[in-house]
Amino acid sequence: MIFNEKYECMDLAELKNVQSERLASLAGYVAKNNDIYRRRLAEAGITAAGIRSIDDITKLPFTTKEDMRDFYPFKLFSQGMENIREIHVSSGTTGNPTVVGYTREDLDLWGEVMARCLACAGAVPGDMVQNAYGYGLFTGGLGVHYGAIKLGCTILPMSAGLTARQLKLMQDFKPRILTCTPSYAIYMVEDAVKMGMDPRKSSWEVGIHGAEPWTDAMRQKIESSWDMIATDIYGLSEIIGPGVAQECHLKCGLHIFSDVFYPEIIDPVTNKPAPAGEYGELVITTLTKTGIPLIRYRTRDLTRLHAESCQCGRTLVRMEKCVGRSDDMLIIRGVNVFPSQIESVLLEMSETKPHYLLVVDRENNLDTIEIQVEVEEQFFSDEVRELENLRRRIHANISSLLGLSASIRLVEPGTIERSMGKAQRVVDKRKLN
Amino acid sequence: MIIKQLSVFLENRTGRLTELTGILAENDINISAFSIADTADYGILRMIVGRPEIAADVLRKNGFTVRITDVVGMIVPHRPGGLHKALQIISENGIAIDYMYAFASGDCKATVVIRADSLDRIIDVLQEHKLELLQAGDVYQL
Repeated sequence: MIFNEKYECMDLAELKNVQSERLASLAGYVAKNNDIYRRRLAEAGITAAGIRSIDDITKLPFTTKEDMRDFYPFKLFSQGMENIREIHVSSGTTGNPTVVGYTREDLDLWGEVMARCLACAGAVPGDMVQNAYGYGLFTGGLGVHYGAIKLGCTILPMSAGLTARQLKLMQDFKPRILTCTPSYAIYMVEDAVKMGMDPRKSSWEVGIHGAEPWTDAMRQKIESSWDMIATDIYGLSEIIGPGVAQECHLKCGLHIFSDVFYPEIIDPVTNKPAPAGEYGELVITTLTKTGIPLIRYRTRDLTRLHAESCQCGRTLVRMEKCVGRSDDMLIIRGVNVFPSQIESVLLEMSETKPHYLLVVDRENNLDTIEIQVEVEEQFFSDEVRELENLRRRIHANISSLLGLSASIRLVEPGTIERSMGKAQRVVDKRKLN
Repeated sequence: MIIKQLSVFLENRTGRLTELTGILAENDINISAFSIADTADYGILRMIVGRPEIAADVLRKNGFTVRITDVVGMIVPHRPGGLHKALQIISENGIAIDYMYAFASGDCKATVVIRADSLDRIIDVLQEHKLELLQAGDVYQL
């Protein structure tokens, strides 16, 4: 079902008018309510009155992750704390964490876009939603929570972890919808089997998975293991949390709710708009947020947009699954490496579980990369020759994709630490030096 | 004629083999024969045990990667030339052996455990030449 047909299926010319009006009022709003934006607009020689069309957006300055840290904790807020009802914080690995605040209106908006996501994935009012995203300062848990209530679902606020209890309540309550990180959806399969369950008999019919990079091979694994549809959700706490974009059942890209989150794709080197349909960095402007509205926020996620309408009826622009994130990018011997690339190689070989660990180190001033891969039992051979062939094939496939040679180490299943929330796939020992 | 061998993937980690033997001991499972193929990072333990299916289950429950592999146990006289004669028969028939290991028992006989792609052919050839083969029924009490 389509939760908000008016906006999700809006005629594109009409949508452009909505976006233009909202951008114009946003420019006026931040200039009035936020010192930093007022100064930046003035420095760029832009008056709020000069922003009339959504096409004027390229005149506006970018907002970056560094801004979020530099203006910690509240300097990017456009409302005083008396009007902020909820705060979320995402952990930063370096420097200050990222803080966002929601007004009452922002929480309504969050519920609205998350209700759209749930419906877009296949939920209908009356469904029970087993929400295994973490509750707390992380936006995942509460975002799904507000959306499920808005849509008219029954929310089961599990949070991540306590897998045995997740599985028991799933069996007893029979929720139709599962929301969790993709790695946790895979992690739970093993526990279900150990508990003597047949995962294919689960009550879950639709999964909504995000908050970390995942591959189509992981999707196939989740879908075949649990006998359900696994859909991709996109969001980031700076913009709203989960709820920026969501795949429909056709799984042909994520519909961006562009009436409220306006997307652009730019070349991350030149900062110029990328040609239509090309890969680049996703930049989002929050058109209607009031607590901490952001203009042209650099997400650091690399993707591309498809403008054609979807067969599901939504006219909203679609983004492809992100191909990488400059945050996660490692530079190894001068080569840009994304952990998701390594994952895709391993999963395409379908001889290994999606459990791997990338260890980067430096020996004699030369970067070294070791990939630890768990050997799945059904492919374990008791002949050294076969295992060495497996290792050579992984090595060859990764080397040809990355353009650098990685040493491959086969390890016992279960030895690489499993994740409850976001997956840790990389240990970069170089940073410790 | 076919004997069930347990194959276990072992990381090269101090104490890992001891963990495994401890689990087998606790579950009252006797090891009749074993060999380890080792590489720089890992080893493959191959062993003949009493009650192989139960042994595989308890090891899996304890997180080991286990596989049951079919092998043949060939009994040769425990004296000079005993093994040589048996191997001659196998190689003259063009059968390739993947791996093998042997143990001697007290009764002037030695048992050679053989893994090959064409186990049925090995069995046929050895029986033609009147070589004694280990029986599945009694091997587990070796």
